[in-house]
Amino acid sequence: MRKVLKNQAVQTFAASILCILAGLLIGYIVLLFINPQGAGESILNIIKNFFTWSRPQSQLKQFGNTLAKTMPLIMCSLSILFAYKVGLFNIGTAGQYVAGACASLYAALAWNWGWLPCMLLAMIAASALGAITGILKAYCNVNEVISGIMLNWISLYTANTILSNVKETASPYTLYLNKENPASMLPTLGLEKLFNGNTNVTLAVPVAIIAAILVWVILSKTRFGYELKATGNNKNAAKYAGMAQNRNIILTLMISGALAGLGASLLYQTGYMRWECTQSSVPAMGFNGIAAAFLGGLHPIGAVFSSFFIQHITDGGQYVNTNFYSSQISDVISSVIIYLCGFVLFIKLTMNRVITRREDKKGAKQ
Amino acid sequence: MLLLIQYTLIFASVLMLVALGGCISEHSGIINLGLEGIMVVGALGGALVMRTLGTTSAVVMVLAAMIAAGLAGMLYSCLLGVAAIHFKADQTLVGTAMNLLATAAATVLVKAMNTAANPDNHSSEIEYVAARKMFIVNINGFEFNWFMIVAIIAVVAVYFILYKNKFGLRLMACGEHPQAADSVGINVYKMRWSGVLISGLLGGLGGLCYILAGVSLWKFENGVAGFGFLALAVMIFGQWKPTRIAVAALLFGLFRALSNTYTGFPFLLSLNLPGNVYNMMPYIVCLIVLAFTSKASHAPKAEGIPYDKGSR
Repeated sequence: MRKVLKNQAVQTFAASILCILAGLLIGYIVLLFINPQGAGESILNIIKNFFTWSRPQSQLKQFGNTLAKTMPLIMCSLSILFAYKVGLFNIGTAGQYVAGACASLYAALAWNWGWLPCMLLAMIAASALGAITGILKAYCNVNEVISGIMLNWISLYTANTILSNVKETASPYTLYLNKENPASMLPTLGLEKLFNGNTNVTLAVPVAIIAAILVWVILSKTRFGYELKATGNNKNAAKYAGMAQNRNIILTLMISGALAGLGASLLYQTGYMRWECTQSSVPAMGFNGIAAAFLGGLHPIGAVFSSFFIQHITDGGQYVNTNFYSSQISDVISSVIIYLCGFVLFIKLTMNRVITRREDKKGAKQ
Repeated sequence: MLLLIQYTLIFASVLMLVALGGCISEHSGIINLGLEGIMVVGALGGALVMRTLGTTSAVVMVLAAMIAAGLAGMLYSCLLGVAAIHFKADQTLVGTAMNLLATAAATVLVKAMNTAANPDNHSSEIEYVAARKMFIVNINGFEFNWFMIVAIIAVVAVYFILYKNKFGLRLMACGEHPQAADSVGINVYKMRWSGVLISGLLGGLGGLCYILAGVSLWKFENGVAGFGFLALAVMIFGQWKPTRIAVAALLFGLFRALSNTYTGFPFLLSLNLPGNVYNMMPYIVCLIVLAFTSKASHAPKAEGIPYDKGSR
């Protein structure tokens, strides 16, 4: 038993579960505080999400929608964790996601490109944005969090301006992909049959999962990944060992950006969401990625599951009782979870301390 | 032109207050990336007081709203204090979580209140038309806001706290070399707590000032549009020194003000740029300025590193 508890992976898992439970508890308390009547039902609906529907067919269909939105979230959390492993807090993921959305939608609607070129352009645009943060960090010593936030806003306004050219005249939304250019939509590969004909479930699912595995392989099985992590652990030691630290910083943020851009293309090219050209805040996807990355214990495979969980409760937010509450309660829960993830290190230290103390006692008795 | 000066001064006041908050916190050794969230919470506190007080005398209203905003900010900054000082948490992560939490929680609370008052009202807006007028003295069309005075007082106060005072010097010691400070009997935890709480106070005030700047109705879903981070950029540009921060805030305030007032300038209108370009302006300027000023950074040496008594 102690051996199991000493295992890093088990500890991470236990800490994540603790964070989730505490987050849900705090969400419940907030609901109780707003209105005690109906708080229990609403928090259960958040946890149930698509299971709130009574018919299994509707459940499947809604499950498909949650899944469709989980894929970009997986990519955003991969983007965050990839940079974090190299010691960079890439909050610019949100902006890189916007750049990806802008590039893929514009290429699809204005230039009638196919789905693959659109996807690649999204990755290139987003990684170019990441490169700006990287260059500023490597050569000008600009804190990547601050430059990332600035670029988030810059890319939001740029995207609004550019995509206004391909929007509907009567609404602030971009044109429908399936009407204008069906070739730009991701192939469904027959996956829709598993989800009661929900065509939002596409190629995105395997792509995101393969990306997660790839990121895991790169980070933990290749020399390149090792160099990046070494740079993150100690910049000077890495430099001393002959690693090109500036190049590594820029490359990391470019890869991180490309992951976020791919995420955007995986959502917007399903046709499930359209861009609103008057939006005044950066899409939450990039920020939720932070929650998913840390909740997943900063492990790419963990990120797949934690992303699903975060998206699950985010979607579950729409099933709260709107007579008293609003769907943003899910955002409260996920931000509390991020906050609590700051304590994970402490939780692990405590666990280890308790275990060693017990072992010492046992040793003393013998 | 008058309008441009007015908006420049009010936005500069916001940036000054918040940047000074960030400056004190960093001098004590804690990076406060949660300023954005602290601003939202401060704004919420102030707005709620303005709504509940309704009609009272201007002095009471101004003081009550300011105190509420400051207290709300301080209370919220405790989240950072607990995590970063006692639990050695990653300060970047905690700050980010605070920003997300503040906007989400403020939206949920304001919506719940609006819905409770009127079941059909699902907006996250608070209106304070009458209260805003009490903050403003109209001088020939120039709207003087009491917050401009508060910002100047804050600059002077922070200058004296940091450089002319035992407390400030001790505080800065904790941000440069906490172990050394501890060895001469300074309580590092206490000093860092004071840094965080003062930054909460100033951040909260800045938040209230921000929502009073141009409008008399605030939608809490929008947060404060990256102003907390602009303030951090102002702080870096000001090299962590109060007087330079004041000058830097004026520069950034000017660019932010342009996006509100560019329609009043025939020259700018004739350029025929889309409005979004002016919206982007403060952020672009910020990036350029940072690129040139971050190289020779005078950041406190121990900022962002959790204090560990045992390490050297």
